[in-house]
Amino acid sequence: MISGAEIIVKCLEAEGVDTVFGYPGATICPFYDSLYDSNIKHVLVRQEQNAAHAASGYARACMKPGVCVATSGPGATNLITGIATAYMDSIPMIAITGQVRSDLLGRDVFQEADITGACEPFTKHSYLVERTADLPRIFKEAFHIATTGRPGPVLIDIPQDLQENMLESFEYPKTVDIKGYKPNTKGHSVQVQRAVELIKKAKRPVIVAGGGVLSSGAKLKLQKFAEITQIPVLSTMMGIGVMPSDHPLYLGMLGTHGRKCANTALHKTDLTIVCGARLGDRAIASPDQMGTRAKVIHIDIDPAEIGKNVKTTVPIVGDMNNVLKQLINDIDGFKINDEWDSEVKELKAHFQSKISTFEGYVEPRTLINKLSFMLKSKAILCADVGQNQIWCANNFRIREGRFLTTGGMGTMGYSVPAAIGAKMARKDRDVVVVCGDGSFQMSLNELSTIAQNNLNIKIIVMRNQRLGMVRELQDKIYNCRHSATILNDKPDFVALAKAYGIDSAEVSSNEEAEKFVKNIVESDKPFVLVCNVHPDTPSIL
Amino acid sequence: MQYTLSILVENQAGVLSKISGLFSRRSFNIDSLAVGVTADPTVSRITVVANGDEYVVEQLEKQLNKVIPVIKVKRLTEGEFISRELSLIKVHCSAAKRFELIKIAELMDAKIVDVASSTVTFEYCETAEKIQTLIDLLKPYGIREIVRTGTVAIDKGKAQVST
Ligand SMILES: Cc1ncc(C[n+]2csc(CCOP(=O)(O)OP(=O)(O)O)c2C)c(N)n1
Repeated sequence: MISGAEIIVKCLEAEGVDTVFGYPGATICPFYDSLYDSNIKHVLVRQEQNAAHAASGYARACMKPGVCVATSGPGATNLITGIATAYMDSIPMIAITGQVRSDLLGRDVFQEADITGACEPFTKHSYLVERTADLPRIFKEAFHIATTGRPGPVLIDIPQDLQENMLESFEYPKTVDIKGYKPNTKGHSVQVQRAVELIKKAKRPVIVAGGGVLSSGAKLKLQKFAEITQIPVLSTMMGIGVMPSDHPLYLGMLGTHGRKCANTALHKTDLTIVCGARLGDRAIASPDQMGTRAKVIHIDIDPAEIGKNVKTTVPIVGDMNNVLKQLINDIDGFKINDEWDSEVKELKAHFQSKISTFEGYVEPRTLINKLSFMLKSKAILCADVGQNQIWCANNFRIREGRFLTTGGMGTMGYSVPAAIGAKMARKDRDVVVVCGDGSFQMSLNELSTIAQNNLNIKIIVMRNQRLGMVRELQDKIYNCRHSATILNDKPDFVALAKAYGIDSAEVSSNEEAEKFVKNIVESDKPFVLVCNVHPDTPSIL
Repeated sequence: MQYTLSILVENQAGVLSKISGLFSRRSFNIDSLAVGVTADPTVSRITVVANGDEYVVEQLEKQLNKVIPVIKVKRLTEGEFISRELSLIKVHCSAAKRFELIKIAELMDAKIVDVASSTVTFEYCETAEKIQTLIDLLKPYGIREIVRTGTVAIDKGKAQVST
């Protein structure tokens, strides 16, 4: 005989899950009891939202679905922001919640929350389990749905009694068959052919690469395609890392907070090849920002993204790997004209930024740039939300590593738990957090998780004592009326980190900061480096 | 532009709320929605009549297709399908007006299914358009209550919506 809870653990094992992030409570206790006998590692976070963010960081770092667990009621509702963030960022994730006993459902009993209902807009799919015998099929389907097509979170809500029920035996299904879910992965060859013709005729083409290129693992193919054709590449925030930052063909991030040369190239282009990006309003505020007569080839696994935000000339629905392979094959060594090539080079040189500094403060952009080269080339940088995120997006020089941030949802407090997930996934990599003093305070309880698991994560807090990005907005639009954006000089982050048993220091110049960074990257212990940043340091130039 | 969508879905709990939630979330305006089981008891069919331009319809179709239990979405082609809606219309009616109302029923091919001292109830199964005509004709008598099922629709001839 086998219990529902044991079945859940066996399903996770069958899916190759080695780590889950969570927080227990009464209705999920049967599962936790079974987990106790399993080899699956459980990371106890300090708030459920961070379990979801950690699962997201884990998923992105090792390209496997992340798993998070919470109890019913408040545990489940605490997960919501994390699930919603994963949904907007297209992260493969399985969220497991305990639920009150099935015979009590709908009666508003203690810690009952309609979590499948509440998460409806934020999940790719969800299940409220009705029978223990359904668990294997549901888990098989859930992992399939979360990881195929456009990745996203799937929620499985499991009443306590169904975890306790006993079944004769367990068998994990080998296949799935969901009538309404058959994602199309191979690009339509006629469309690919049309795309190739457009590319060959284009005078000033650009590639706009988004998170889809990374999540499909097609980054090297994209690079190859760009190198063959010599078409310059811009990225969205979620696409940062598709090319090494210093690649001659890479022009940087586009959009409101992007690089001038990237935005200028986009403005001049006559053909935009959009790869795995949805082009939200932060990337392209208005479609005419893109050269008015520009044609658009849009490649995406999610047909609903094509034509949603920008008019498309040639839509290609398919997995980025397949489509790029088809394109590379069909483009037949074609190279764009030299004029555009040299214009792009000029653009890149022309917009070299000069950064002004403030005496007695750390200049964050210079530090982030330097930091890139002090870390190993495969380092994972987790940036939070706000000015700190923009500083990182534009100044961290990625080589072979990853840049993890929430570009879709922009949830403050993401970076620290995401780093926990990334570190659990990739113990071999340098994992560094850059956050603001506002965002840090949204998840600094996780210092406790870092300390307990002795995770080698370096946290760099850009302390400007402001909710910097909003304050900047107020400067520009609200006549410098700083309503609710001033933080005070408390807490003493160094003392706080030390209270958690994590070493820490505060610095007020780049020389000092670099000296510390050099030392701490050598150690295998976590560290919190607090950098005093002048509040007037802008997001971009 | 008004359009009619036929949506085949897996016949399981929560599907209707997923779909109606999608409409409100993405601010798609719908005129009517009707749901019922198909020849295959595991599959239900939803008929949606909605308004919007080409962009909106296309988005709606794509978003519906993303809902996992949605098996098939088909936009029915104008003029190539039959649509019907069942309505029950209760009208105020004094004895003096009864004959007039019976005449209207005859004229419109509607049925009178209930007669009481001061009311008459019509049953009318027609297109939404014709139902509107009947309602307009009955308005002057004083409409007490209207119940409508929402439009269901089916392709003419060989064409069909299949899984
Ligand atoms: C959960 C959440 N609440 C509010 C916001 C709105 N918001 C965006 S940036 C920002 C300021 C961030 O301040 P801080 O973390 O100190 O970073 P800085 O901009 O100063 O680098 C705020 C409040 C958000 N993105 N997420």
